[in-house]
Formats: sequence, C-alpha cells, structure tokens
Amino acid sequence: MLRFLVRRLLQAIPTLLILSILVFAWLRSLPGGPASALLGDKATPEKLANLNHVLGLDQPIFVQYFKFLGRAITGDFGNSLVSARPVMSEIGTFLPATIELGISAMIIAVVAGISFGYLAARFRGQVVDNVIIVLTLVGVAVPIFFLGYMMQDLLSTPLGLPSQGRQAPGIDATVVTHFAILDGMMTGEWDAVWDAIKHLILPALALATIPLAVITRITRASVLDVFNEDFIRTANSKGLTQPVVRQRHVLRNALLPVITTIGLQTGALLGGAVLTERVFNFRGLGFLLAEGIDKRDYPRLQALLLLGALVYVLVNMLVDISYGLIDPRVRVR
Amino acid sequence: MNTLLNKKKEPIDKLAAASAGGRSLGAEALRRMLRSPVAIVGGVITLLFLLLAIFAPLLAPKDPQVRYLQDQVVLGRGIIPGAQPGFPLGVDDFGRDFLSRLLIGAQQTLLVGVLATVIGVLLGALIGGLAGAFGGWVDTVLMRIVDVLLAFPSLLLAISIAALFAKPSQWTVIIAVSIIGVPIFARLLRGSMLAQREADHVLAATSLGVKRTTIVFRHMLPNSLGPVIVQATLTLATAILEAAALSFLGLGDPDPTRAEWGLMLGNASQHFLDIRPELAYYPAIAIIIVALGFTLLGESLREALDPKNRR
Amino acid sequence: MQQLRLTRTRRAALIGLAGALAVSLSACAESKRDESGGGGSGGTMVFGNTGNPKMFDPIFNDEGETFRITRQMLDTLIQNKPGTADLAPSLATKWTPSNDGKTWTFDLKQGVKFSDGTAFDAKAVCFNFDRWYNMKGATAQSQMIYYGDVFEGFANNEGTTKGQPVYKSCEAKDDHTAVLNLTRAKGAFPAAFTLPSFAIQSPTALQKYNADKVTGSGTSITYPEYGYKHPTGTGPFKFEGWDQGNGQITLVRNDTSTMPQPAKLDKLVFKVIPDENARKQALKAGDINGYDFPAPADYGLLRNDGEQVLIRPSFNVLYLGINQGGPNGAKLANPKVRQALAYGINREQFVRSKLAEGSEVATEFVPKAISGYTDDVTKYPYDKERAKQLLKEAGAEGMTLKFYYPTEVTRPYMPNPADTYTAISEDLKAIGINVQPVAESWNGGYKDDVQQNSKQDIHLLGWTGDYNDAGNFVGTFFGRPKPEFGLTDQNNQGIFKALADADAAPAGDAHTKAYQDANKKIMEYLPAIPIAYPTPAIVVGPKIKGVVASPLTDERFDTVTIG
Repeated sequence: MLRFLVRRLLQAIPTLLILSILVFAWLRSLPGGPASALLGDKATPEKLANLNHVLGLDQPIFVQYFKFLGRAITGDFGNSLVSARPVMSEIGTFLPATIELGISAMIIAVVAGISFGYLAARFRGQVVDNVIIVLTLVGVAVPIFFLGYMMQDLLSTPLGLPSQGRQAPGIDATVVTHFAILDGMMTGEWDAVWDAIKHLILPALALATIPLAVITRITRASVLDVFNEDFIRTANSKGLTQPVVRQRHVLRNALLPVITTIGLQTGALLGGAVLTERVFNFRGLGFLLAEGIDKRDYPRLQALLLLGALVYVLVNMLVDISYGLIDPRVRVR
Repeated sequence: MNTLLNKKKEPIDKLAAASAGGRSLGAEALRRMLRSPVAIVGGVITLLFLLLAIFAPLLAPKDPQVRYLQDQVVLGRGIIPGAQPGFPLGVDDFGRDFLSRLLIGAQQTLLVGVLATVIGVLLGALIGGLAGAFGGWVDTVLMRIVDVLLAFPSLLLAISIAALFAKPSQWTVIIAVSIIGVPIFARLLRGSMLAQREADHVLAATSLGVKRTTIVFRHMLPNSLGPVIVQATLTLATAILEAAALSFLGLGDPDPTRAEWGLMLGNASQHFLDIRPELAYYPAIAIIIVALGFTLLGESLREALDPKNRR
Repeated sequence: MQQLRLTRTRRAALIGLAGALAVSLSACAESKRDESGGGGSGGTMVFGNTGNPKMFDPIFNDEGETFRITRQMLDTLIQNKPGTADLAPSLATKWTPSNDGKTWTFDLKQGVKFSDGTAFDAKAVCFNFDRWYNMKGATAQSQMIYYGDVFEGFANNEGTTKGQPVYKSCEAKDDHTAVLNLTRAKGAFPAAFTLPSFAIQSPTALQKYNADKVTGSGTSITYPEYGYKHPTGTGPFKFEGWDQGNGQITLVRNDTSTMPQPAKLDKLVFKVIPDENARKQALKAGDINGYDFPAPADYGLLRNDGEQVLIRPSFNVLYLGINQGGPNGAKLANPKVRQALAYGINREQFVRSKLAEGSEVATEFVPKAISGYTDDVTKYPYDKERAKQLLKEAGAEGMTLKFYYPTEVTRPYMPNPADTYTAISEDLKAIGINVQPVAESWNGGYKDDVQQNSKQDIHLLGWTGDYNDAGNFVGTFFGRPKPEFGLTDQNNQGIFKALADADAAPAGDAHTKAYQDANKKIMEYLPAIPIAYPTPAIVVGPKIKGVVASPLTDERFDTVTIG
C-alpha cells in the first residue's frame, strides 16, 4: 500500500513540473504583468520600470522560473499581489471553507442522489421514475450561478437562511482551524456551529445540483444492472426477504460505479465552487480564484492552478484506494 | 490503475467502439431512436432551435441593435420599460427590443456553441488522428497530455484559459470553451480508428489492396462520424452553459452590442434581477431548454449506438 | 460479514483519532469571546468594503479600500471638511506658507495622544516626514506611490527613479510648532497634506514594529508586522483585529483620542464583500449597516426598503481619449474631426439613461467641486447633423476608429465601461464612423496599451481626484507630452505652458484664475472629450445617523450613531 502511494505521488511529479513551466511562461508573457498589478491605478511608466527592476522582473525568464521553482519546492509560492500575504497562507485560510462547502454539497448529493436513483430504479417506468429522470436532466441544464441567485431570491427569506457570507455579525466565533463548524465544536460555541451550518445550506444546495443529478442517474442505471444480474435472481429465488436482498446485495454491488462518480464529481465541484462562492460571497478557494482572476494576481493563480492539479492527483488516489476496500476483486498493487 | 480517469474515458471508448459497426448499424440506431419519446423531444427542441437560429433575422420584428427606447431607460431610478405595444417582451437596458434580441440571440448562442464544438472536434481529430496514425511513443505522449486535460475539471480549465487572454473577445470565449472538447474528441477519434482497424470492412479493403490513406478517408472517418456527432451534441450543451458561466465571471464576450444568451443572462442576473428579472429569466429559460434539448438528443443517440442495446 | 466488521473497527479507529485530535486542538482553542461585552452603549457598525485592504501603513498604499479604514484610525495634518473638498484643521490647527511657498509652518493641536499612549507633538510630525524622506530600500520606495507623486524624490533614490526631492527638512520649533522646509514651491500644497498616505503615526510604534522593513523578490513584496497588526495613530478608532478568513477588520473606539472627538460607536467593523449583489443581500439581511458603491439601478429599491442612499458630490471625470499619434492620428489631428466626435456623442442621453442619479454631463476635465472649474468654456452639445457636416468638411466620412475599452473593472469614474462603450460606439456609427472595438482586461495591459503603446484611436478612461487641486486633474492629463493623446511639444498649442503657469501660480485667486484659463484653452483645443461627472454613492441603514457623503470618499465614522 505504502509503495503504491509513493509510486503514484512520484508519477505525478513530471506532470506537475510540466504544468508549472507552462503556467509560469504563459502568465509571464502576458502584458500588464505583476508590476502593473502591484502599482495600481496611479502607476506611471517610470514607476513601472523601476518596480520591474527592483523585483528582478527584467531578468531572463528562465532565471525567474528557476528562482520561482526553488522557492516553490520549499512551499513558498510568493505573496499575493492583492493582499500582500503569502499565497500559501491565503490558501490555508480559504481552503477550509471550500472543503466545508464541498463536503456539505457532496453529502447532499450522495444521500439524495443515491436515494432518488434507487427509488427511480425500483419504480422503473412509473411516474416517480420519470419525474426523477426529468429533474436530473433539467438539473444539469441550469446555469449554476443563476440557480444560486434564484435560491437567494426565493428560498432565503421564507426559510430564514442567510444568503451570503459564512458568519452572521455578532457571532464573532473564535478562529482555530478556519473550519467554522469544527472550530465551534472545539471551543464549545454552539451558536457559532449552528450559524455556520445555516450559512452552508443554500450554497451547498446550489453546488450540489449537478453531482446530485449525475449520481442519481448513475445509481439508477447501476441498480438496474444489478437487479438483472444472476445472483440477485438467485437470492430472490432462495426466498430471501426483499429488504434483505435490497440492503445486502443490491445497494452494495451497485455502489461501485457510484463511488467513482463521486470522485469525478468532487473534481468538478471545484469548477462549480468558483461560481457558487461568488454568488454567495462564500470566502473559499473559488472566491480567492475569482478575485485573483479579476486582479490578475499571478502568484495566486499560479499556486491555485498547481494546487488544483495536486488535489486532483490526491482525490484520484483516494478513489483508487476506496475502490480496493469496497471491492475485494480490485486489489491495490 | 487510475479509476477516475477510466471512468471518464469509459463512455467515450464505448462510443468509439460503436463506429466499428459501420453505416448499416447507424441506420438501425436511427430507426430505434425514432421510437423513443426522449429522443423525439430532444430532437424537436434541437430542430426548433436550429430553425430559429437560422431564420432569426427574418423572425425578429425589430432591429436588435437600435436603441428605440433609450430615452425611457433611467437606470438611476431603476426604470427599464416593460412590455408595451411594439415591444412584447419590453426592452433591455439600452432600450433595444428584447424579443428581437432573444431571437437573434439564438443565432449568436448557436454560433458560439457550434464554433467551440467544431474547434474542439478539429483539434481533437488532429491529436487523436496523429496518435492513432503514428502509434508508439507519439501515441503515448499525446494521449498522456489528453489524459491530463481530461482529468482537469472542465469549467476550471475554461476559466483558466479565458483568464489568460489579455484581450477578451467572442473568440477567446470560443477557444476557452472549445478546450473542454479537445481531449474528449481526441480520445474518441483515436479509439474509433483503433476499433475499426480490426473491423471487417476495413480488413476487406486492406486485403483488396486499397491504399491506407484511402481507407482512412473513405471508410474510417465516415464511420467515426456517428460517434462524433453524438458527442458533439452533448458537448454543445456544455459549451453553451460554460459560455454563460464565463460571462458571469466577467470573462465572457466583452461586447454588449452582441446579443448572446449567456452574455444577456450574465449581465442581467448581476445587475437587473431586482428591477427587471425578466431580462434574466428569458435567456435563462432559453438556455435551459436548449441545453436540455441537446442533452436529451445526445444521450438517446448514444444509447441507440451502444452495442449493448442491440439485440 | 467479515468485511463489514472490519470496516466498523476501522471506522471506530477513525473516530477515536479525530476525537484525540479535536481534544488536543481545543486545548489551545479556548473561546476568547467573553472579553468584550458591556461597556459603552454606542453599539457596533458593520460596513461593507468593496475590496480587500492591503495592510494599514498608508504610506505604502494607494487605494481607497485601505484608506477607507486607515482614515478612521490615522489622522493627517489637514483634513477635508465633511462633505466637501475644502480644507479643515485636523492635527494642525493652522498652516501658513512663507511668501516663496518653500516653508510651511504648522501649529499643532495640543494634548493629543497616540493610541499607544505616547504624545503627539512636533517631534512626532517631523519623525514621520523624515521617515518618508529617508526611507531605505528600493522596494519600499517603489511602493510609496503618493509620496513619489507629491515629494518626487528621496534622500537616496534607489532603484531606477531619479526624482529631485521636494522635501528638505523638518524642525520642531517647540512642542506644537512644526516647520517644513521644501526645496521648491508646489501647487499641490497645502491640499496634498490631506492625503491619507501622509497620516502622522506614532514614532514609538513605527520603530517598535520595524515599519520600514519592506522586502521584495520575484513577484512578492513583504510588509512588516506593523501594517498588519499595529497601525497606531491619533484617530477616533484604533485597530483591534483582522480576521482574514471572514474578511473582517475590527476597530474599537480610541479612548485616548481627543481627535477630533472621541467616536460615538464602540466598535467599527469592516467586512469585505467584493460582489455588488452580495453587498446588497448583506444589507437586506441586516448583516451589515451600510456599504460602498451601490449599483445605480438599486437606489430606488434600497430607498423603498428604508435604506439611506447618500450621493457623493462628483470628484470624478470620465473621458473619451483621442489619440493624435495613433493609427488614425493624421485625421484626428484635424480639429474638425475632434469636434465632430464631440458633437456626435449624445452625452446627455447617456448620462440621463445609464448613470447614477446626480451624475452630470462633463463640460471640461475638472469636476465642479474643484477650484479652477469654469462654466465659460466652449461647449459641444449633441448635434448629429453638425457632426456629419464637420466630418464631411474634413474629408473624414466613413473613417474607421480603433476604440479601446477596458473589461473586468469598475471605477467610481467608470461604473460600467462596456455600457459606456456601447452608447458611444452606437452614436459614432450614427454619424457614419466605423468603430473597431478592442476590449482589453484592465489588469491585463489595458492601461499600458492606451497610455504607453499608443495603439488606439479613441479610448475610455477617467480620473478620481485625490485632493482639491485642478492640477491633480488637467495637469496629470495634459501637462506634458503623452502617448495617450499624442500630444507633443509641437502640437499642444500652449496648453503645456498654461498648465505649468497655473501650477506655479500662488495659492488663492490667481491659482484659480490660471486654471480657469487653462481649462478654456483645453476645451477649445479638445485633446479628448469629457463625457460625464459620475457620482458614486454610499448607502447606510435606516438607523444610522451622522454619515456625511464626501466627494473624496472621505467619510468619517466617528460622528456615527445608531438610533
């Protein structure tokens, strides 16, 4: 297992390296550039030239790249141009929010998706099935930012749910890990926990729509496949009661493709998070990315793109491992 | 072992395998489709949309660029005139006829979607074709790159690429969105070539001494067309949605004289949702219906082509 | 079954691990919330900022998001009278120039203390001036944007800049008289002393937290702890904390302050909400008590909800630049063509239809609130036929202009560049000019291209004034040869000289008159077309009292009460 992990991580290195060169070269070749972003609106050509010189941005690009790489290996991706804080510490502050949001969305998507999918399969061809199928199709076709706005407009007030931010004023929770719920539990600030959960609901719902739709459809298809397989028929004919068959055999065997889908959708969530976090002013990585794009914050974009790739590699590995745990036929080599 | 990637590759490969069956099977698939209500709904929506897009200039009651009621728009007081005689859906924030813009918007939206998809197909064909034709290390390297692209969340990829252009335009949006399709089509075309290598009609042609290029262009490519069209239909839906997302993030087409649904939705949902929500609702509904139409059609086409469903 | 049990044990192990982790973390994670509470009755105001501040040492800052916050904590020698751009006493009760304008004597307010308890006196003032002048390190100097603009040079210029310093020395005549000696007179004074960058900070705190240690390499600039945790001034509020995760900056009342009066609020919180819609939502939900830059279209709705939308007097100008040195420079050098553009753009309609309440059509490049503005300039009211006629006479019908406009940006002077582009380009098409649009990202090189590379024929840009001096507007635009307009020493027809004379004119009526003359000259020559004086607004909740909208976005919250 350990050797497998190490090997997979080593395999990812060339990919990350090539990506870093591409990203670095492309960002640096653009007009504008860091000096212009650092100096803001009142910049004059003389001030720009001066700053480029001061920061060493007038050196050959490969020299700059190796300097960047040297620092990046030690975990130093430079400072954000927007906030002047080290990019890694920014990411450390904002990542927990996205993880919270992503996990909440995934919980909603998985629980609801598997239930709906299973329901649809059981009542195949009936009204329930058709309604669920139509909903999953529409769910994928709605622009997610528009859905977010609709939720703010239509759900926020009637349900009494906050429509933006991560924390209500006056809560003033103690920050430990930046995971709002976890922090509240550790410090015993239960009102803060409840507040954090309330702030998560709408954005998580909006973010969950696409994975929910996909998981529903995969579950349905996969459950139908399993229903048709021999061992279920055998189990049925053996006289096992329906619930037992369902629980022990059908769901368990139908779960495999669902798990890969969950993994895949976790990657896709990052894209959706950019939109959702912006609509709901939810200060996570997507928020950070959107702001970085707006301000052309090159160090931040660089770090985020590379981090994104790394996260993908990790999620991929996790799925491989969990696959091995659930299905004894698949062994992790 | 790479479970996730395999999962992403699976539907593509399945589709690619379908091209081995040759054209006769395509006809059979078509026949099967005509019996499925889902396919018909998808087909009708798609057809209507295409007709609308093509004939939009004839259908539009007014010139979509003329600022008819600009004098009545007072944004400072939150006034954008609503429906009235001559303007059945009211006007937008420039006093332009909203119905005409929605109709013309079908054309623009289709243009962005189709161009993005076509570029995706062409680039994908180039990469997939090269990989398939040369094999060996070229194949390995190219497909490795394709895998990396395929692995990256598509919206994130489009955002990153759009953000890297200093001068945003309709073209940067099209290119950013087209990148989503490249790895998919590359894999699809390569897979389809490989699948056909062993197919009967290709083996027959080879044994008759037909030249390799002729086989590729006369037999293999036409046979790949079915799967490509299916995938293109699905990609079109995604392309339209992602173009809208780019607009929302401020990375979209920067020219507001152009009527494109994504652009209209992105603008209106950020600025006018409280004073004239229809300006967001109409393009949103249009996008949802069209994306739904393409998805339905694409999915049912795919199912029809799936060898597993052939009995 | 075997496997199921395994999973269960595994799960139990995981839970145990998580528990242990939580316990060990919570050991150092005790709630710190019970510190506050009780005390004054002034309450808390939460204000929605539009962007992230950088850090709070204003000398290294140049943008409004940071200044909005530092203004509440750090006072300047002179300040703006609330709601105007006129000068008012602050740390200095009186400021007197010598006849040659090279010496400024400041009478300082007595009995004032910094929030760290140290005394504010003439020595502290001189310490700050000396600190700026003697700043070491090319990186630090490069970030002192306003200092570079106003004082032009350092004791030791590092990097590639070669400005001749305006500052000479500062002496503390007695505890409350500071005398500032300059190498030459400058029209920017005394108004420039109101710039938030030149706030007087506690020498003790500056030294204690190494405020000058700014380092840079690659694309990174690293600031010392001072600006993040210990900004110390004499203002009505003092710094308490900055929660990066929630984007929240907390200030509390500075009880040691007598400047200008202690704040009425207990606490002032700034919450960063970049998205305009999200700010609106937050106000509706009661999460914040006010925010900056509401969208013009929302004014009515906000007012219906009982919110107060306060319109700031315009201190901005939006213009359409014309480039005589660009691809179509030869044609645009013809005054008739420039006039045709001015007559051909329906600015009245654009301003009425698309801009916020209170915005006006610009008749020159200086907004009304500034001394030097005059109504007596050549005006170019909308006249489509005349525009066509002028184009015909100049033989420029059907010409194609490259129209540059920025994306991904809003500025107080340019609320929506794409909208502005649309309105202007449609007007130009109507008089028979072909427009070739070039959109470019604001931070992706727009300013470089239009201001240095001179690639455009026409373009959108504007300016927000920093202090009440016409030179800060027209001097910046047209005071010297600039690739942006293609103005050269040969073709400027005396504009450069008129502006130089105005800058050198002694403060007062002569100064004003000189700028009025310069403005007349400029509008006759028409090197660009002023479009509008947009008015940004600030919105606060129904219970907030005491906010006075300022043309310079210089709203002080010390007078605020929550009713």
